[in-house]
Amino acid sequence: MTTQTSRAWLLSAPALVLFAVLLLVPLLMTFMLSFNSFDFYGGIGTDLSLANYAEVLGDSYFYEIFGRTFLIALITTAICAAIGVPQAYILYRMSPFWRSITVLIVIGPLLISVVVRTLGWAILLGNKGVINTALMDIGLIERPIRMMYTSGGIVLALVHVMVPFMVLAVWAALQRQDPATEAAAESLGARPRTIFFRIILPQAIPGVLSGSLIVFSLSASAFATPAILGGRRVKVVSTTVYDEFLNTLNWPLGAAIAMLLLVAVLIVMLSWNSLVERRYGEVFE
Amino acid sequence: MAFLELHGLTKRFGAFTAVEELSFAVERGSFVSLLGPSGCGKTTTLQMVAGFEAPTEGKIVLDGKNLAGIPARERGLGIVFQTYALFAHMTVEENVGFGLEMRKVSKAERKRRIAAALDLVHLSHLGDRYPRAMSGGQRQRVALARALVIEPQLLLLDEPLSNLDAKLREEMQLELRRIQREAGVTTLMVTHDQSEALALSDSIVVMDQGRLRQDATPFDIYETPQSSFVSRFLGKSNNLSARLDSTGSEGSALVCGSLRLHGPLVDLRPGPVEIALRPERIALVDPEAGQLRGTVAERVFMGNQWLLRIETELGDMLVMRYNTGRAEAEEGEVVGLDWKPEDIRILPVEETSA
Amino acid sequence: MRQNGPLSILFSLVFVSFMLAPIVVVIGVSFTPEGFLEFPPSGVSLRWFRAILDNPEFITAAWISLKLGIASATLATVLAVPAALAIGRGRFAGRDALQALFLSPLMVPTVVLGIAFLRFLSLLGLNGTFIGLMLCHAIIITPFILRLVLASVAGLDRSVEKAAISLGAKPLTVFRRVTLPAIMPGMIGGWMLAFITSFDELTVTVFIVNPSTTTLPVRLFSHITQTTDPLVASVSAVAILFTVALMLLIDRLYGLDRLLIGEGKR
Repeated sequence: MTTQTSRAWLLSAPALVLFAVLLLVPLLMTFMLSFNSFDFYGGIGTDLSLANYAEVLGDSYFYEIFGRTFLIALITTAICAAIGVPQAYILYRMSPFWRSITVLIVIGPLLISVVVRTLGWAILLGNKGVINTALMDIGLIERPIRMMYTSGGIVLALVHVMVPFMVLAVWAALQRQDPATEAAAESLGARPRTIFFRIILPQAIPGVLSGSLIVFSLSASAFATPAILGGRRVKVVSTTVYDEFLNTLNWPLGAAIAMLLLVAVLIVMLSWNSLVERRYGEVFE
Repeated sequence: MAFLELHGLTKRFGAFTAVEELSFAVERGSFVSLLGPSGCGKTTTLQMVAGFEAPTEGKIVLDGKNLAGIPARERGLGIVFQTYALFAHMTVEENVGFGLEMRKVSKAERKRRIAAALDLVHLSHLGDRYPRAMSGGQRQRVALARALVIEPQLLLLDEPLSNLDAKLREEMQLELRRIQREAGVTTLMVTHDQSEALALSDSIVVMDQGRLRQDATPFDIYETPQSSFVSRFLGKSNNLSARLDSTGSEGSALVCGSLRLHGPLVDLRPGPVEIALRPERIALVDPEAGQLRGTVAERVFMGNQWLLRIETELGDMLVMRYNTGRAEAEEGEVVGLDWKPEDIRILPVEETSA
Repeated sequence: MRQNGPLSILFSLVFVSFMLAPIVVVIGVSFTPEGFLEFPPSGVSLRWFRAILDNPEFITAAWISLKLGIASATLATVLAVPAALAIGRGRFAGRDALQALFLSPLMVPTVVLGIAFLRFLSLLGLNGTFIGLMLCHAIIITPFILRLVLASVAGLDRSVEKAAISLGAKPLTVFRRVTLPAIMPGMIGGWMLAFITSFDELTVTVFIVNPSTTTLPVRLFSHITQTTDPLVASVSAVAILFTVALMLLIDRLYGLDRLLIGEGKR
């Protein structure tokens, strides 16, 4: 080993020890746990089998949960892109004064606890919540629309939680582009619409893609929002794992579900990354 | 009537006046440079010609047509930006073809013209590259091809060579001149680099603090600067305070310190003036023979020439001597300085500090 | 550059309202004099803010969160900075793997991290202890610090260090007088982001706390899932106030966007 290499490893050693002991080992143990058997009276067994995976993969109940989780994540991502991209572009064009204020409001909520923000949505979305009361008061509806404990409500709150990531990613991509390209396109005869769709948007695409990846993976594994707004009625993978661990106490089954979530999320992330790399590696840095 | 005319062009940003009462003309097919230090208003002028900024006052007339109110996209000008502003997500061909596409040129015609434009800038072999995979000089050529392919009435160059290293810059100067001549396009270039302006232009417009200082051919602007600013901004110059005693058909009589000097006829009233003397017009002679005596304080060898700083009673004088293969005067040596009266330029005293 | 048109401004207004709505609602509800969640509140009362004082478990939880945030952010900074210096400068065998490992907590779903920590800590008998919480939080927040310090290191001109060496500075002096000041903004920004992340963390923490180490987000979460009285709103309002103050401080010191985009220096 060269001195540089050994020095680098020495500098990284403290963090490496923590990560090895407290991250790799626990993940490996959880992986092993997912193969253990479970008995309501005897607890976790020591034998290894694929029984837990068989149970999850053989039960339409779990398919529904996984399907719902990824559908929610997908729709959340799509909405975040649809509203986050224009907002990022508007932000990019704002004067510095308005921009600094808008940035605080748009991405500041990232720093506020998800529990607190979701509480706000629970107050807004309830049967006697702000939205229903307002709609009934102005006579648009007679009976409250059910929004709590629905996937729609979860998506709405998740968009609120996730959209700052999209705005940030797209905005960062917009800032990387040369502002003169807009002027160049205009001097070559392009109209504002053409400039947006042919020049701005394509150059922002890497930002949209990386933002989508963040939003999707965080939405797919979101816990607080679906737990508060979905409760037991609209379960997603995270809340199911939570129930298996802290209510049913069937840890091996919970571990198997969690491992499937991990694998699914990793597959999506890695294939997304390689797709982006293949398509844009040559074009953008 | 000239091809491009600027009449009393003024641009104010709030209380700040970026360009003031600027008027000049560009002949069809010629290459004109707007030269000045940064912040002199040259880029704002270019922006107004391009249509990205609206003049506060004055007008721009191109080929007899007032450009006021015509948006940038309809002016049909080719612009090369300082950063090149290439579309990163498009190949070289797509970049060059963009303007033709906007003009709804047919695909076959587009292909032909892209090929011709790339041929002009010697980039035919790199059509399917992305800008990211190209060198600075190559990007510059793409930007040029993209601007020229739409056959613009007018080509605008915004500091086109400033992002290139010195050697490449010199190469591209010649290249730029060739391409401009071949395309036969009227060109207006903004630059702060005097050597670039001298080398490329048919005519130079010198600007300072938003105002036009001189508009002449490169030779005239170098040889007969009309202000202290222009004499010092283009090339090296020894500028001294003096007093003009009289001027007439036999020339001018000047007093500079304890020296009485002769200069050419000048259209100025007697009184305080500034005289400018180019370092390369000063000859080193025997200490007793010259008009001025001095001691060589510093001597710098620059290959093709020597640069000497000589301490005299009038202050430091810069002298440039061509390297003719013989050693020049040593540091510490006492020398005489001599020049022909007609090499002196007599300039009005500037009120503003430059 | 073109200006935003009226349609863009309208869009932005709607967007901003959407972002503010739940936060405004929580703060509004916290002032209700009634015993249930209502918005807009029928009056302005500090009743539910006083109620916080009668419910010391929230105050205890807030203290634990604060201490946990400070302890874990500091631990993570101490670990991440040397690692970032190693990774950020020059190539060495295993560099990419090391960086991937230190950033991996961002890739793994938090719920998976939660159960992994639970499984491990309960085998060690550390489950629910402050030290266990601190170590786990340090792992979760290390990536944030690492990213920001890496960006600072990347922006650091190596020749400045060489200049200091050529002027006769010893390695430790070079680090203290040249390197450290250069990466300081990234470090401070990373620490603050890490602190807030730890302070807000729920998904992992909910698995590894016990009643005596319950953090504020976990306390709020279990309260919300059991009952809905305006107490959660008033506690949340205080938490929002605290976060906003911190946010404004960060924005002044560092620029919120820069911190969250993960750029050390621009």
